[in-house]
Amino acid sequence: MTDQVIVQLPNSTPRPARELEDLERVWATPKGWRIVTAVNNTVVGLIYIGVAFLFFLMAGVLAILMRTQLAVSGNDFIGQELYNQMFTMHGTTMMFLFAVPAVEALGVMLLPQMLAARDLPFPRLSAYAIWAYVIGGLVFFTTIFYDLAPAGGWFMYPPLTLKEFSPADNADFWLLGIGFIEISAIAGAVEIVVGTLRTRPPGMSLSKMPIFAWSMLIFAAMIMFAFPAVILATMMLEIERSFGWPFFTAALGGDALLWQHLFWFFGHPEVYIIFLPAAGLVSMIVPTMAQTPLVGYRLIVVALIATGFFSFGLWVHHMFTTGIPALSLAFFSAASAAVAVPSGIQVFSWIATMAAGRRRFRITTASLFVLGFLFIFTLGGLTGVMVAMVPFDYQVHDTYFVVAHFHYVLVGGMVFPLFATFYHWMPLFSRRMLSERLGRWVFWLMFLGFNIAFFPMHLTGLLGMPRRVWTYPAELGWDTLNLVSTAGSYILGAGILLFVIDLFRTVRPGPKPENPWGAGTLEWLPSDVYATRSIPLVTSREPLWDQENLVEDVQAGRWFLPGAPTGGRETIVTSPVEARPQYIIQMPGPGWSPLLAAMFTAACFLLLTVKLVMIAAVCGVLAIVFCLVWTWSLDPGPAKGSVDIGGGMKLPTYVTGPTSHSWWAMVVLMFVAGSLYLSYVFSYLFLWTVSPDVWAPAGAPQLPSPGWPALSALLLVCGSAAIMAARRLLPSPGNLGTAAAAAILVALLCMSGALAIELLGHWRTGLQPSDSAYGAMVYMASVLFGQVAAALVIMGLFTAARLLVRRLDREWRVTFDNLALLYHYAVFQSLFGLALVHGYPRLVA
Amino acid sequence: MRAPRFPALAVLLPLAACAGVQSALDPAGGEAGRIHTLSIVLFVLCTVIFVAVAVLAALALFGSDEWRSRLASERLVFALGVVFPVLTLVGLVLYGVTIMGMAAEPAGAGRDALRIEVSGERWWWRVTYITEDGVRIESANELRIPAGQPVPIELTSADVIHSFWVPQLAGKLDMIPGRTNTLTLHVREPGISRGQCAEYCGGPHALMSFFVIAMTEDDFAAWLLKEASEARPPAGEAAVQGHALFLASGCGGCHTVRGTGAAGVIGPDLTHVGSRHSLAAASLPNDAPSFARWIRDGQHVKPENLMPPYGIFTDAELASLSDYLDHLD
Repeated sequence: MTDQVIVQLPNSTPRPARELEDLERVWATPKGWRIVTAVNNTVVGLIYIGVAFLFFLMAGVLAILMRTQLAVSGNDFIGQELYNQMFTMHGTTMMFLFAVPAVEALGVMLLPQMLAARDLPFPRLSAYAIWAYVIGGLVFFTTIFYDLAPAGGWFMYPPLTLKEFSPADNADFWLLGIGFIEISAIAGAVEIVVGTLRTRPPGMSLSKMPIFAWSMLIFAAMIMFAFPAVILATMMLEIERSFGWPFFTAALGGDALLWQHLFWFFGHPEVYIIFLPAAGLVSMIVPTMAQTPLVGYRLIVVALIATGFFSFGLWVHHMFTTGIPALSLAFFSAASAAVAVPSGIQVFSWIATMAAGRRRFRITTASLFVLGFLFIFTLGGLTGVMVAMVPFDYQVHDTYFVVAHFHYVLVGGMVFPLFATFYHWMPLFSRRMLSERLGRWVFWLMFLGFNIAFFPMHLTGLLGMPRRVWTYPAELGWDTLNLVSTAGSYILGAGILLFVIDLFRTVRPGPKPENPWGAGTLEWLPSDVYATRSIPLVTSREPLWDQENLVEDVQAGRWFLPGAPTGGRETIVTSPVEARPQYIIQMPGPGWSPLLAAMFTAACFLLLTVKLVMIAAVCGVLAIVFCLVWTWSLDPGPAKGSVDIGGGMKLPTYVTGPTSHSWWAMVVLMFVAGSLYLSYVFSYLFLWTVSPDVWAPAGAPQLPSPGWPALSALLLVCGSAAIMAARRLLPSPGNLGTAAAAAILVALLCMSGALAIELLGHWRTGLQPSDSAYGAMVYMASVLFGQVAAALVIMGLFTAARLLVRRLDREWRVTFDNLALLYHYAVFQSLFGLALVHGYPRLVA
Repeated sequence: MRAPRFPALAVLLPLAACAGVQSALDPAGGEAGRIHTLSIVLFVLCTVIFVAVAVLAALALFGSDEWRSRLASERLVFALGVVFPVLTLVGLVLYGVTIMGMAAEPAGAGRDALRIEVSGERWWWRVTYITEDGVRIESANELRIPAGQPVPIELTSADVIHSFWVPQLAGKLDMIPGRTNTLTLHVREPGISRGQCAEYCGGPHALMSFFVIAMTEDDFAAWLLKEASEARPPAGEAAVQGHALFLASGCGGCHTVRGTGAAGVIGPDLTHVGSRHSLAAASLPNDAPSFARWIRDGQHVKPENLMPPYGIFTDAELASLSDYLDHLD
């Protein structure tokens, strides 16, 4: 972008008449029941947040039923078995089906608007992730109605969740149901990372990015590193349940604590994954209501990054009472206390911003929820410092004190900001706003109800009441406090009910009213199905406050991309730091394939749960087929050349290599895969430290001779070479790519051969995966190897097919680039795995 | 924001001081006492901080322009958001770590070499006293220890993860399959405390409690001697009948009554069950009607517990069986 171009915009010459019609046609939402084929962020985002909120309500009903059971001692309103299922479902639903999806939904809905992008970069991926979550989540939740719900608690500790102690399918519903909701979360994270880094409006450098976008970027990065740990853990637990590989069975060298390490390596960051975006929203509401820029923008960005970083260093504080060594306790205690600092920075920044406005802070329902959040979250943060003190935690861990603490943090830190968000941003999605008058009632009922319900629990816990008990005896003196808590929960429920009533009463989807709060960020520009009429050059953190005439110029199409120059859906891709325009991304429109792929994915996992393996396999294949159907039309190629995006500026419509958003998404995926593999390496070494006695060479059959891994490694290297050869052999545009396709097939054969040799080598030694933790870990390396190899085989055949129909060549090659990236990554990972599995036991022998 | 709507936690403390046998606010042992002191420090400190934050927020909203302009500075954010918490937290963590170190008293070294093991089982506690010469004396759902001295307890699990928690005496420590954790109890005075499983262990986790009875050293020695002895022979017609029924109905397949043929090891040792403070891991009081209820209706008293219900007995048989068990003191 040259300065000359900037001078030419806003372009005040009249716009061509058909430009607006083009935009409306291209971005039109499918009508009637075809709405399910929509992929645009405003439509699927609404479905996403709607279903997430439905889960909030359903899990809330479970909570109220449980509170009723606990109202008095010795109550038998709900039996033991159902109660155990209910608290498991309450926690699981709130964490996995409400909190993370709700936050991702807000990202899907608000991020493109705040960035004045026409959509997120991978609309069909969003649609797929959302439908998989909707279908899978709803079916999973219904298990509570027919006694199939898991009852192992939301953190599912083995050995309780092993086949021996939980023989029915209930636990499998958790493992498989949650397993693929994790995948859906990762798909969302890919979308959000690439969306925030690459689809910002021109001029919006990182230092001008709205705080919410910062918090979503960190949120997505944390998902990339946290979720793989729990994915590996759920894989291992399901494998142990189904095939008896003893990862967690102490008698065979496994360890129950391995699950806890992996689960909390995910589970602790999870809390901040939920909290950070909510804090980001608060950081946007506070300046709006104070009508002044945020005090300490840079400090807050540092605080968000620091929170993300620290949150990975304190998972052990959920394990203080497991008897781990004092030195690690001290380290994790300090780390847990340290994470209070970034939260403190944010709290005081908000207070300073409230004080900074020229006029007094405007009290709307949204601001009340923000103030309620500040009150509740500060209290939760302070009790968090208390439980970071190891000896104090010895007493209150797993008691109602902790129940109170984490509800203060999560309800305060996430639910109250979410309600503030509903009141604040509803005008973007509804012709009519939520009632401010009823809103006052909603707030006070929720605020008082929450505190009456949860504050007494601090004391209940100190008086000795453990969590997860369905009943308690009268003589311990917990009756009064529990009754008060139950009353509070009803008041809280009444507040939420009132909100739902108002929601149905007032909300009507449609074009939004003007900017009712006088906010300064881009989501308040006038918009329609195509988002904003044109995409402005941003020169300030609050462009609507600082840039003169912005609303009129944008609305009149005087800025970038006022039409649809490629004739399809598109938005501007900018550079990651400075946000210089780089190219126009062509995006797919509505389609059935994401929905169908999602339905079959959900069906595959759910049928596996009830052991209908054959039908599940068919569904799995169909899911992959529909993914391929949808990806076939992507990678549009360079046919459209460069287009004018306004002011005489021309941008290409197709790029390859590291500039491409697709390349970025593949790199994000490689980080996810790498983090999964590192979790595996940790698990391998952890189990070795616990039970070196079952390890080869002393406790298990000898390793295969070094020739086996050497041959395997050689094949992998040959495979990489074949991919490099294929790159050279890519045909010139318009020609058939038979040679390149052949080279890809060779590479796939090398990869499969390497895997087969690795498996055969171990099998011949007589080692069985169910023998010991060592055997399980050795074969687990091959499971992970096989997983990435299977993905590569599908991608490779897909790429080869495109070469054979002239849809891939030296210039039209994003598909090939992605294959090559993942292939080389897989080779690297597998070589590392071979070194670990064959080298480590020899090294320590 | 208004002033705090609830009286701070510290204000509630005196209220709670009269709490019962399972309260962390009513410490009776060394570690629990030190943690209690730490708790008070934390409550007071956090209340002060909370009130200060609330006051600052109120000033930002409703204060004079002068106050508001003072608050609206990035320097203040840095001072209150970085400098103050770092200093406070460093102090607190050092204090916490110090207390943690004191909890790890030298475990058993040099003391009389009685070892005590407690194993968590679904859903009861197997308690084993191992004397100097290796004799194992097994009991269940009740832990007796001498007062006035540190007593290390070795914690293990037979099945899933449980957690051993007696709030009046010490913090909790998990019982994990394949691992042995050692918790040192140091009770000041003879007395009784209640403990409960604190790690969800499935099914009737809520009904897995126990009592800890601290005795003078002499009383303890005498009690242990008696506990080591064989069961009292049945006296009286009902007890004799009950004894015969007990053996004939296969109760000995799971339970041991030392001195009789019953030598099962799956369920609790019943040799001196009549002398214990409670039945079924503190689910029932210890009397003859409770025994009857447990045998016939155990699945209602404690759903999903692993002892099958015995509906085969007539009322008279049940009465004599209960009488026999009750007299095993």
